[in-house]
Amino acid sequence: MCAQWMCPQWMWRMGFEHFAASFGLAAPMPAANIDTDVIMPKQFLKGIDRAGLDAGLFYGLRFAENGAPNPDFILNKTAWRDTRFLVVGPNFGCGSSREHAVWGLRQFGIRALIGTTFAGIFFDNCARNGLLAIEASSSDVALLMAAATDPKRNHFCVDLVNQTITTEDSVIRYQIDESRKTALMRGLDAIGVTLEGREAIALFEDMHFAQNPWLRPS
Amino acid sequence: MKPERAHRTLYDKIVDAHSVRMLDAASGLLLLYIDRTVLNEYTSPQAFSGLREAHRRVWRPEAALGVVDHVNPTAAGRTRTMPDPGGQLQTDYFAKNCAEFGIELFDVLHPMQGIEHVVMPELGAIMPGMTVAAGDSHTTTYGAFGALGFGIGTSDIEHYLATQTVIYRRLKNMRVNLSGRRPQGITAKDIVMALIRKIGASGATGYAIEFAGAGLGDLSVEGRMTICNMAVECGARGAIAAPDEAVFAYVADKPRAPRGEAWERAVAAWRRLKSDDATEFDREVDLPLTSIEPMVTWGTSPDQSMPISAAIPDPRTLGDADKRRDYERALDYMGLAPGQSISSIKIDRAFIGSCTNARIEDLREAAFVLRGRKVAPHVRAMIVPGSSSVRRQAEAEGLDLIFKSAGFEWRQAGCSMCLAMNDDVLAPEERCASSTNRNFEGRQGARGRTHLMSPAMVAAAAVAGRLADVRAMDVPAMDVAHGL
Ligand code: SF4
Repeated sequence: MCAQWMCPQWMWRMGFEHFAASFGLAAPMPAANIDTDVIMPKQFLKGIDRAGLDAGLFYGLRFAENGAPNPDFILNKTAWRDTRFLVVGPNFGCGSSREHAVWGLRQFGIRALIGTTFAGIFFDNCARNGLLAIEASSSDVALLMAAATDPKRNHFCVDLVNQTITTEDSVIRYQIDESRKTALMRGLDAIGVTLEGREAIALFEDMHFAQNPWLRPS
Repeated sequence: MKPERAHRTLYDKIVDAHSVRMLDAASGLLLLYIDRTVLNEYTSPQAFSGLREAHRRVWRPEAALGVVDHVNPTAAGRTRTMPDPGGQLQTDYFAKNCAEFGIELFDVLHPMQGIEHVVMPELGAIMPGMTVAAGDSHTTTYGAFGALGFGIGTSDIEHYLATQTVIYRRLKNMRVNLSGRRPQGITAKDIVMALIRKIGASGATGYAIEFAGAGLGDLSVEGRMTICNMAVECGARGAIAAPDEAVFAYVADKPRAPRGEAWERAVAAWRRLKSDDATEFDREVDLPLTSIEPMVTWGTSPDQSMPISAAIPDPRTLGDADKRRDYERALDYMGLAPGQSISSIKIDRAFIGSCTNARIEDLREAAFVLRGRKVAPHVRAMIVPGSSSVRRQAEAEGLDLIFKSAGFEWRQAGCSMCLAMNDDVLAPEERCASSTNRNFEGRQGARGRTHLMSPAMVAAAAVAGRLADVRAMDVPAMDVAHGL
């Protein structure tokens, strides 16, 4: 049995993300192929910064045409108001590369996504922004989907250190790449780390252009 | 970098040749050198802001090109003024960023402006064996040249700009064998739509596809671009075809292609770009072309498609409850009923455009159908060429006259109603026959209804006023390589 007090306190700092474990509500979004156009519609892509994207998250689903909240949408229902985790259908995040989708999810307060498969670009975008996307087996996702759907059982504890998701009546373990885990836990500046090896890149470039002179841009 | 296997795929060879160093062997993460990028106004702003905040410079500005394509209008007589303040903000900031970081820009009024994935190949900026990462998922288009192209998010654009590399996870290899000959009237679009239907919207997630087989050699380079472009709609983050003489000939006369001795050396190297004979792929898919029909989507995911002669599937016949619910939702959104014949679906709009199908051959294809015909009176039809160069070429061939006399609007270049970020949008519940790549909910306008198909099929639908089989229209054999 997971108890709230057994969970390490979730640790987030706005700006850079340091994730150890997080406790909160989960909501089900079982449809397959929820694309980034649906997650963040085009009218919210007209900015030049990352701000204000929580307003656009799932806009077409969350709001009716007159701008009033759609009472049937899961995240508008009282039992799922403070959702931190989404249990999602296959191929979540397919379509456009827009990172705005991930920024919006983060700003809305979503800490982790759990599903069987995620689209490739979206999956990478999550990793770059401290949003934990967990790939789990279809039986585990089915179990978590059922729990997330039941307002009496939708408290989850998502633990990154121990790679577990705990619900009231089950604990599942998940896999994650060591490098992604480290980045999520420490919030590394990937560009800074890469630039520490700038000489290796410069050397590579010299060799690459010597072998393939036509590739040198001019 | 040492090859890991004795026999390698073309994809693996390109990745190996661009690996700066391994980052995490266990998970296949490596630092991948990127030869080129193309930037647009809507996915790049935060990347430039990030560079500025960290006082970083662009590693190799001359390897990048900026193109305004997503938010600009396509109406005649356009100016640098965008229809809405957001678009103006983005295009202004983009111009400032390109200027300050030393990146060449094709702004709205530049004579070479157009959709990024149409512009790059026509410049000769895409060559076999290179890596291209860009802030747009359809960067897979460049696989038609035997290049590895893939989409990245804004954080990765920033990483690329600062380091000329991206953190990359090696993909598995899938070979799609296009077997047999493609029947008359069947286009590259029908082939890739049939593939997506066959393997599903996530069928190639985690894979790079290599297209192979007799049917590939039959396709023009632009046809291959259509296929590689849309391969991302089945999840592939890399779609490659080994380059052949057709590719070399296509690149040869482009303005930025290598010349003289450099060209000879390049072609000699490009001839070696192919998978080793004995290579085993992680997955093999056979797609017989002989039985393919013109394809049309009926739903809201690119894999929800059927041949034009078929009827809308009945969700009740599906065993899988999740899938049944997805189908029902799609039919409800599209305003369609199970069992309805696809060719009975009436349309309001027809759109030919996008990086999938707005190159010169696509426009010729449409012109073959539209010559001497008229758009049905209740249909508003438009053609948005993929680039300003394509537009000029089409006008030189007189295609614009065919389009205009058929009743199509002949517009200026851009993404336009492919994603409707400019002022070209569907009204709620308007139904559109579209040569684009995504039929997602709201993609072409809130509650708009999109049916994806080839340019020839869009033209046929525009004339019939409903979805229609172009093969029944007595169109001459479409020699798109040479035109009318
Ligand atoms: S034409 Fe469509 S798919 Fe292509 S780059 Fe533009 S918006 Fe994206």
